[in-house]
Amino acid sequence: MFLDSYLFFDSFADFLAMGKHGFYVWLCYGITALVILANVVAPIRQRKKLIDQQTRLQRREKKNAS
Amino acid sequence: MWEALKRLYHRMGSPKWFYEISAKWLPWFVVPTVGFLLVGTIWGLAFTPADYQQGNSFRIIYIHVPAALLAQSAYAMMAIAGAVFLIWRMKMAAWVAASIAPIGASFCFLALITGAIWGKPTWGTWWVWDARLTSMLLLLFLYFGVMALQKAMDSEESAAKAGAILSLVGLVNIPIIKYSVEWWNTLHQPATLKFTEESTMAMEMLIPLLIMIAGFYLLFAVLVFMRTRNQVLWHERKKNWVKQYMQSRADK
Amino acid sequence: MSLVTATIKRDLVIAARNPGEWLNPLMFFLMVLALFPLAVDPDPKFLSKIAAGVVWVAALLATLLSLDALFKADVEDGTLEQWLASGESLFAMALGKVFVHWCISGLPLTLVAPLLALMMNLPDEAYSALFFSLLLGTPILSLLGAVGAALTAGVRSGGLLLSLVILPLYIPILIFGASAVYHAGIEMEYVGQLGFLASFLCLSMTLAPFAVAGALKLNLSR
Repeated sequence: MFLDSYLFFDSFADFLAMGKHGFYVWLCYGITALVILANVVAPIRQRKKLIDQQTRLQRREKKNAS
Repeated sequence: MWEALKRLYHRMGSPKWFYEISAKWLPWFVVPTVGFLLVGTIWGLAFTPADYQQGNSFRIIYIHVPAALLAQSAYAMMAIAGAVFLIWRMKMAAWVAASIAPIGASFCFLALITGAIWGKPTWGTWWVWDARLTSMLLLLFLYFGVMALQKAMDSEESAAKAGAILSLVGLVNIPIIKYSVEWWNTLHQPATLKFTEESTMAMEMLIPLLIMIAGFYLLFAVLVFMRTRNQVLWHERKKNWVKQYMQSRADK
Repeated sequence: MSLVTATIKRDLVIAARNPGEWLNPLMFFLMVLALFPLAVDPDPKFLSKIAAGVVWVAALLATLLSLDALFKADVEDGTLEQWLASGESLFAMALGKVFVHWCISGLPLTLVAPLLALMMNLPDEAYSALFFSLLLGTPILSLLGAVGAALTAGVRSGGLLLSLVILPLYIPILIFGASAVYHAGIEMEYVGQLGFLASFLCLSMTLAPFAVAGALKLNLSR
């Protein structure tokens, strides 16, 4: 690929090792991924729960009315 | 221009309008969010050269700084939304403020934890009472206060108002806290290595940082949209349009 | 006599008849001070080094403890509604309440702190700094605390929530108050810190009563 020459690391193992700081860097990026994931998943689940709850409620109301 | 803004503001006050328009807007935010975050992360991790002093650990900057910036401006946005609610009684603003609080707190937490992890290779310990970290910690406390207050109230109306008042008081205090923490820090630790010296940052390091900052702000917008949409559905659940909306989803 | 001065007078009389109201914070202050030598180290040299910070932290906690009751009775027995119905400015009312609170918590603390600081082996040069920093700082503690007290007046377990809400706002006062005392102790200039406290006092005196008034109205609408 044309971007290869701009890569900072020589090999993939180098990239993972990050000098001596691999643990810290990857830990940070891992935690960030988790926090973002949690932030995305929470409202989706909340929305699903809300819609389920409300549709169930409406169905029951309809049944009672008829 | 002014008229258009005014019209937008009045429309924003309508939960139904917001719900419908945000459904159309969301994809336009999600795509660039993912793009910016991916490009920024890959660029920052693999292409930027390492810092001559800190080595590769400096790559944490690409999440630490955007998260810290976002956490601070999220607090300001929350307070401004609270003020709009208090002054013009716009319910949408209260819901936006309530949506921002947990998101802002989580990014504040992220900034803190990445700062602590960054501290280990830089200073040799997990926690140093550095000015930036300390004021981030205090900002997290401010978020905790607002969230605890909102949860403690029985009525949603007074929870929103109390949260708004507290976040406004906090907003006035943030610059004072920041200034006093910085002053305290120079007093006690004159010679610590700073994470970043903004002015001396090289272009090739700066550009991915700017991309990541843009990505974090876009992500924030997406998350606020998502949460506020839920708030709209919940608060308007007794309204006809929501009932019809639920019905149409159930029929499908 | 206006409603505000009448309320101030009434509250002061009540406090005079219930010495516990202003004695309890003082006793709490003394006990917290006693904890540090027991928990850390009774060595006089070490104590004199941490004295400034410890005295300030203890004063801050003592103020915090007395805040919980600030508006509770007024909210519960309907006095608050009377204030609003009277048309008196809630701003003045809030300022009056804060003044009374300071008279029964901050002022006694300011007067007693130099005596108790003897136990902490505070350096001789630091006593005037301690007195003046507390004199300027405790009213701010009362003002900011009143915002929290008004916000949490209607909440069941308000006390803990109040500390959670208010403590972060107290940080600048703690930093500058403690550092004034510390700097006086090592014979350095401390006018700057007192100046900061004075300006912060002016700022919070003009802004905090607005927030208190707004927060008090919340308790009414419930």
